[in-house]
Amino acid sequence: MPTEERYVVLDQPPRRLSAILLRWEVILVILLMLTVVVNAIVSPYFLDVYNLADATSNFSEKAIIALAMALLILVRDIDLSVAAIIALAAMAIGYAADAGFGAPVLFAVGIGVGLLCGIFNGFLVTYIRLPSIVVTIGTMSLFRGLTQVILGDQALTHYPQGFLNLGQNYFIPFVKTDIPWLFVPPVPLSFLIFLVLAAIFGIVLHKTAVGRQLFAIGSNPVAARFSGIPVDRLRFILFVLSGALSGLAGALLAARLGSMRSNIAFGWELDIVTMVILGGVSIAGGIGSILGVFLAVLVLGLVTFGMSLNNIPGQVVSVYTGALLIAVIAIPRIFERIRPGGG
Amino acid sequence: MSAVLKSREFILAVALAVAVVVIGIYQPVFVEWENLSDMLTETSVLFMMAMAQMVVILTRGIDLSVAANLALSGFLAALVSQYYPGLPLVLMILVAILSGLVFGMVNGALVAVLGIPSIVVTLGTLAVYRGMIIIIAGGDQVNASEMGVSFQAFPKDSFLGLTTPIWITIVVAILFWVFLNFTRTGRGFYAVGGNPVAARYCGIDQGKQEFLAYSISGAVSGLCGYLWVARYGIAYSEIASGYELTVIAACVIGGVSIGGGVGTVAGALLGALFLGIVNTALPVLQITPFWQMAISGAVILAAVVINARAERSPDKLILPEARRLGRARP
Repeated sequence: MPTEERYVVLDQPPRRLSAILLRWEVILVILLMLTVVVNAIVSPYFLDVYNLADATSNFSEKAIIALAMALLILVRDIDLSVAAIIALAAMAIGYAADAGFGAPVLFAVGIGVGLLCGIFNGFLVTYIRLPSIVVTIGTMSLFRGLTQVILGDQALTHYPQGFLNLGQNYFIPFVKTDIPWLFVPPVPLSFLIFLVLAAIFGIVLHKTAVGRQLFAIGSNPVAARFSGIPVDRLRFILFVLSGALSGLAGALLAARLGSMRSNIAFGWELDIVTMVILGGVSIAGGIGSILGVFLAVLVLGLVTFGMSLNNIPGQVVSVYTGALLIAVIAIPRIFERIRPGGG
Repeated sequence: MSAVLKSREFILAVALAVAVVVIGIYQPVFVEWENLSDMLTETSVLFMMAMAQMVVILTRGIDLSVAANLALSGFLAALVSQYYPGLPLVLMILVAILSGLVFGMVNGALVAVLGIPSIVVTLGTLAVYRGMIIIIAGGDQVNASEMGVSFQAFPKDSFLGLTTPIWITIVVAILFWVFLNFTRTGRGFYAVGGNPVAARYCGIDQGKQEFLAYSISGAVSGLCGYLWVARYGIAYSEIASGYELTVIAACVIGGVSIGGGVGTVAGALLGALFLGIVNTALPVLQITPFWQMAISGAVILAAVVINARAERSPDKLILPEARRLGRARP
């Protein structure tokens, strides 16, 4: 090997068909199509616009948080306190509702509480320099614990009707036209917010300098810092973002359920991390796409919905999603082992 | 000597002793042997799970599936007790330990052989193991009346003044202590977690160490599954839900570094003891148990802040990130 090759920067390698087919997003698209086809064959109720619209509201709150979680995992961090922030935010909203505030203020309260929690997380991780997984396990207990201390075994149920309508009605109503295939589907507010946020996140991550900086931090934080990227500031912003979106999700969830207890959204943090990892974001940092997360959200959401249509209990569904998570990551690795030099 | 006095375990032990004495002054009932014995029995599962989790964390991994494994193994043991009540108790406990071991080996194989990040693997198996309980039982649960009498009596028995869970904890703790401190394989966990590259140059097989760590974690979860199910007299899919994070919290409080390579048996035990004391002291002090979670959260945060200060080395680096990342790469 001649030494000058060290300084030759290779062009992008030629695209091979197998490389395109093995791309994560393509695998997810195939999974998504499989899910839709199998479910449509098994249950006649699957391809019903209203059913599908209701199905989206079951996963949209998690999906909104998954967008922020994807960026955090991309930069080698994680936020396990998101579900606890939902609880704290939903409780604050409940008390604000008791005080007689309307829907806009309630949403602002939820996002504000989440924002404060995110600032606290971000401060501990970037300023005190603690590992994020430990910090957010701690704040998870702390936030959920505060909810339990304040609320005890009570439930908050007095939300104003205008607030509940946002969570329980379709934000965009079903509009039919004379042409059977041309229609506007009913869209719940939470799913609409998820779609808009996914588009914004996708553009920021994949088309702007800030997005490239996040990839750089995830690939090599030290090199990123040396090249002038404000690593800690960006990580801090991501924690604040994750907190704020958790607060927003808390507001949407409270509006959808119409009540909250201290165990609201218990265990969601792991569901959300599952969405992100299935979406192809590498836990080691530096690899991932919003499109992948978006597709993974749809796959997981539709698998869950399809199984619930067939009266399969939630925990059995989680067997399939857990196995799916491992299989999707294990199978390409097994292929790489069988075919040395490829992959 | 001064090294012992300055060690994190010693400081934590003193803090716990002070806490027990102070609570004892307010409520003498707290330091009565009966209450302390109850607390240790209640915490025995956490003691053992924390030590096993520590071995995994030492290798820079994490095992989120322990609570699900506990529930599934305990459930299998309870089923055996229900359908084969004539079998000797030892066999039923072995069923729990072996099934736990197998589930742990599945994790170990996925992590060590395929090289999938441990958080991904155990997040997946967490869901699978818990769901398998529903699939096996079809949503049924095993109640106290359906389990064998000796099956349930064993964790409530006493021997030489200590309950059997406490004895089991003592034996397991001694085994862990000897294994981690005086055997080549045990030291290997520290080597792999402390510096994987150097460990490899020393001829330590990282994959083998990781596989072993998850297997140990699984076997201990299985044993604890039996103890849990037999003690509380019920086996169903929601047992110990969310307990994995309590176990990890015990490790963190005990000074086990999530970055790998740092942690002692004494530390893990003290971390678990801390959570045990908080849980028992609150009702004695007539504080609502709803404070439990908030207090452990605050303590976890305090513990990591203190540990981070203690670990900060005096050398100077141009970039603090470099040092932190060198130490705490997941």
